[in-house]
Amino acid sequence: MMTNPTGRLTQGQFSFLPDLTDTEIALQVAYGLRKGYAWSVEYTDDPHPRNTYWEMYGNPMFDLADPAGVLRELTGCRQAFPRHYIRLVAFDSTRGVESIAMSFIVQRPPREPGFQLSRQEVHNRTIRYTIGSYATQDPEGERYGEG
Amino acid sequence: MTHPRYAIPGSVTPPPATPAASAAAEPAGPPARTVGEVLAQSQVEAVLAELDRDLVGLAPIKARVRDIAALLVIDKLRANFGLEAQSPSLHMCFTGNPGTGKTTVARRMAQILHRLGYVRTGHLVAVTREDLVGQYIGHTAPKTNEVLRKAMGGVLFIDEAYYLYRPENERDYGQEAIELLLQVMENQRDDLVVILAGYKDRMDTFFKSNPGMSSRIAHHLEFPDYSPGELLEIADRMVAGMHYLFGPGAREAFAEYLELRLAQPNFANARSVRNALDRMRLRQASRLFADPGRELSKDDLITLTPADIRASRLFARKPGA
Repeated sequence: MMTNPTGRLTQGQFSFLPDLTDTEIALQVAYGLRKGYAWSVEYTDDPHPRNTYWEMYGNPMFDLADPAGVLRELTGCRQAFPRHYIRLVAFDSTRGVESIAMSFIVQRPPREPGFQLSRQEVHNRTIRYTIGSYATQDPEGERYGEG
Repeated sequence: MTHPRYAIPGSVTPPPATPAASAAAEPAGPPARTVGEVLAQSQVEAVLAELDRDLVGLAPIKARVRDIAALLVIDKLRANFGLEAQSPSLHMCFTGNPGTGKTTVARRMAQILHRLGYVRTGHLVAVTREDLVGQYIGHTAPKTNEVLRKAMGGVLFIDEAYYLYRPENERDYGQEAIELLLQVMENQRDDLVVILAGYKDRMDTFFKSNPGMSSRIAHHLEFPDYSPGELLEIADRMVAGMHYLFGPGAREAFAEYLELRLAQPNFANARSVRNALDRMRLRQASRLFADPGRELSKDDLITLTPADIRASRLFARKPGA
């Protein structure tokens, strides 16, 4: 695609950068913890942009003091889902905000086939557009190779 | 852990890419070469002095804390020369009778380790069996993991740790919590320091049935009971801390009270002193309360009289009184 020459999924923060290392992830998590956010680990194998709610790996982690706890959870998720997308999400529970403050992808499948743009011809030469990931043509759990 | 290939603006801890780079990142510029320089950088001296000043007695504990601090300082100096040593195992076990200051010292220990840079945040998470062990199958691991996550970067203090293992019930879930703890104590030494606390004899039984736990704990510290003189000194500090004063003869009366109380069962050292003082405050309050017409001066409000102390039931029981 012209707009996304690397063919990588671009959702959330830092998604145009090279993958973050664990040290960089820890620094981002530490920043969030200083702001008082609760981190959680989420995974999915359906990268459609409208797939807002990914599966949760464990509960959101409130009252943490140090990023090591989040990284421990992330390691567990990586072992359980080695070929899924994994993202870290920071929830800001401040009254009146109560929503996601940070979100970034920390693991991608080895090959990301990208999205298909399909056009549906309807009445009066109107065309309806929709996109779908090539990966989701396989059943859940069998996308992105074995594992 | 892998390290980034570039400097991150605003990062708190610069990643130690090479030993030379990490030494250069020290705030003092050139790497420290003397013990004094490391002490000045870490301000651990202030914490140790505070420990000496604030805590009465406990000479063996203070000596041991000093030893540990010394090792950590020397390790820092060695690291500045690029001499790498495995980071020392800092898990500890505090044994002693109730009220001998185990929790207080654990809190100080967290601060000391933080100043020396061995734990990242220096907070203390105090838990007991109920916080670690679940009530049904599959409940224990998430519970223990949550506590471990919260304690990461600081010190995990497990009070009355021997309750974790209940030999009389072979299906007890405590064993699962112990195994999780052991795993983290071994693999994530840099992230977490575990301090177990409990009474001496029951901790010994606990370690006998969990040899893995015993061997992963490097420092076994035994807290001695306080002498009557030390208890009186503790009482002085508590009274001053609560903004009270011993009136004429009251301190002597309290010394007598302590003598009687020591002979009673279930004496809990500093905790018993605190409880006794709280009861004396109650008596002082009701003594003043009984006289509604009287104008009370500041002295009246802060003074504990011998009568407040001698009203204790221990004096009533005294033979011949």
